[in-house]
Amino acid sequence: MNPDAADGAPVVLSARRISKSFSGVQVLFSVNFELRAGEIHALMGENGAGKSTLVKILSGFEQPTSGEILLDGQPVKLPPNGQAESLGIVIIHQEFNLAEHLTVTESLFLGREVTRYGMLDRKFMRGETRRVLDQLGSHVDENAMISSLSIADKQMVEIAKAISRDARIIFMDEPTAVLSREETNYLFRQVRKLREKGTSFVFVSHKLDEVMELTDRVTVLRDGQWIKTAPTSILDGESIAQLMVGRELSSLYPSKQEPSIDEEVTLSVEGLTTHYVKDASFEVRKGEILGFSGLIGSGRTELMEAVAGLRSRLSGEVLVRGESVPGGDVHAANRVGIAYMTKDRKHKGLLLNSRMTANLTLQSLDRHGRYGYLNPKSEAEALERARRRFDIRVRDGRVVAGRMSGGNQQKLLLAKVMETEPDIIIIDEPTRGIDVGTKQQIYHFISALARDGKSIIVVSSEMPEIIGLCTRVAVMREGRIVGILEGEEISEQEIMRYSAGLKKKAAA
Amino acid sequence: MTAGEDAVETKSRGRSWRDIDLRAVAPFAALALLLIVGALVNPNFIGINNLANVATRSAFIAIIAVGATFVISSGDLDLSVGSMVAFVASIMIIFMNSGAIADPGLMLAAAVVLTMVIGGACGLANGLITTVGRIEPFIATLGTMGIYRGLTTWLSQGGAITLREPELQALYRPAYFGYILGVPVPIVVILAVTAVAAFILYRTRYGRHVVAVGSNSDVARYSGIPVNRVRTIAFVIQGLCVAIAVLLYVPRLGSTSATTGILWELQAITAVVVGGTALKGGAGRVWGTICGAFILELVGNIMLLSNFISEYLIGAIQGAIIIIAMLVQRSLVRKS
Repeated sequence: MNPDAADGAPVVLSARRISKSFSGVQVLFSVNFELRAGEIHALMGENGAGKSTLVKILSGFEQPTSGEILLDGQPVKLPPNGQAESLGIVIIHQEFNLAEHLTVTESLFLGREVTRYGMLDRKFMRGETRRVLDQLGSHVDENAMISSLSIADKQMVEIAKAISRDARIIFMDEPTAVLSREETNYLFRQVRKLREKGTSFVFVSHKLDEVMELTDRVTVLRDGQWIKTAPTSILDGESIAQLMVGRELSSLYPSKQEPSIDEEVTLSVEGLTTHYVKDASFEVRKGEILGFSGLIGSGRTELMEAVAGLRSRLSGEVLVRGESVPGGDVHAANRVGIAYMTKDRKHKGLLLNSRMTANLTLQSLDRHGRYGYLNPKSEAEALERARRRFDIRVRDGRVVAGRMSGGNQQKLLLAKVMETEPDIIIIDEPTRGIDVGTKQQIYHFISALARDGKSIIVVSSEMPEIIGLCTRVAVMREGRIVGILEGEEISEQEIMRYSAGLKKKAAA
Repeated sequence: MTAGEDAVETKSRGRSWRDIDLRAVAPFAALALLLIVGALVNPNFIGINNLANVATRSAFIAIIAVGATFVISSGDLDLSVGSMVAFVASIMIIFMNSGAIADPGLMLAAAVVLTMVIGGACGLANGLITTVGRIEPFIATLGTMGIYRGLTTWLSQGGAITLREPELQALYRPAYFGYILGVPVPIVVILAVTAVAAFILYRTRYGRHVVAVGSNSDVARYSGIPVNRVRTIAFVIQGLCVAIAVLLYVPRLGSTSATTGILWELQAITAVVVGGTALKGGAGRVWGTICGAFILELVGNIMLLSNFISEYLIGAIQGAIIIIAMLVQRSLVRKS
């Protein structure tokens, strides 16, 4: 919190009665927004509430249908395609705009290289980069390749880039979605430092706790309408969630149901080792939801991809109902009923340029016709079923996946995986980047599947999710399963102790 | 979910208009425009004889381009098709000249089978080098382009390879010059090949896999699709299409040389792109490809019939067409 900066500080950027329509569909209705100098302003709302559109309008990537934008009190027409950078307005995208094969210095000066006698003045640029990084308190080496940096450091380079271009207003769209807790803390420290110097931030996030921790004011949008702007200090997570949803949130998580101890073990993994994962063993029973927690890079996804045959394994066995499954063979894994739902729905889960039907049936085309022929009617029926079962809401059934909201994409991805009729479902980050209403729905789907007798593994970096859903939790650290927690043991502190390496026990 | 998404669920106006994919329609609109221009330039142009002639002559490129549609849709590229035509045709003629089988009918049947096998094998080689060898398709097929061309030059010893057997010639001639129900054979073959290709691409599991691999190979892999097999098969399909084109080419001239099929890869790729298939993969349009091949041949024909532009500039015009097609495609993507 920084109350003195927030109150009475001059307004740097404001939007007055902004409306926006896309091909006849109105997505913003006369929205007002105000950003003061030296404040961190959270922009919140469910998916489809209009946050991204507002951010794009305020950074010049879209033009409003009506309404005006004021910069330092003067009406402006922001130049398109990121040229608003010249006015000090910078947007840091979720997917980074960094070329992997450039160095940090080259990235910082990309497009405005400093020359001396027509030659690149490398020394000057390196010095300048170091200065900006030092100012941020970042230890990133100015000569390092972008590809060698961690995600958090890449984000830091993006911020350094913004600062070196004299950014006064920085938009951050879900900056912490891919960061671990420590990396997030690090990022927040840098953001606070910049706030002291008068830089303003607009922080778009779904994570309520982070908004409470970092921001000075909150603006909530719902269905394209401005709902409320208030100092963060007078709000709490519950009230923000209510403003976003517009109704009371009944329990986010369905009640847990523990499978009986003598229920059949459907999946057992013994001593699985890959290049990264070391000697992982665990079991899942019928009707059980097993959680996998751990820091980013602890090897959870690698392990699950190896189990699902997407990654080859060096040693170890995967047994489904006692039968060994060959490694590195997605088809074999699918045949015995293992399905893996990726956490990267945009790059590994869905064909963004294809329609819902093509996406839904991609993994299960064998079920829609014989001898390789596809029956369009059978596919259309599958889509109808999936839309009903998973409550996928789109205005037009022929829309391409890339144009659907994150929540609907996630439901479509879940539906796609379920089309293979698996018994063992591995769900990696079930609710990344989706709104609280859809989260609740997804939790209920998962719970219903478990009650149906499916075995479910949930990999998640969001601890409340793991704790709220799972009856047992495995914690991974540096490629090993360091503990499997049950019942009362499942708590945030305990999981943290294991994932930070403070505690360890032999894998069950 | 939010009430907002409920609200937009009501059908918006102009939906039927938005359903039309401009990229799918554009090549056919261009074709219609060309026909009108041609008719204005020379009244003989629009006559059924001239048009049938143009269609017949577009057969080689059209059929090769149908194969290229698969390769390009799956995200690859095959530069070797022109050389492959020369190589496969040389082998076919050499085999027919060898007199290994006395009966001309049997001989021809065997030659047809051999041609298809060689074409498929050339495609398979391209596919395996690209997938198993993990070499960029551009480089891999640039290499085989040189190899197939070089082998042809070696087989012909720098000269021409000519079908000598007059009896075989007479027997084989109708495959290009004949008619089926009043329609020239090459046109029938184009339609048949395209119909089969369209069925495979739009109505089969394999076709769906091709598009998935081309639009995002990671998504395809995570969906349990054997990515390398899909890509390799696309190259084999390309090889088979080349073989079919050869089957029409040999009876036409009865001869090949080291210069047979030069720059056909350029024309085939141009036809595919003009037809609306995205060069970066993920969207195949077989009928568009045929339309593209036809447009290329029509442009040449119009130049020939008109006196405005020298027909020696045909290559330059075709080169310009591919650039214009890319520009149009991109502007349509932006709009949609």
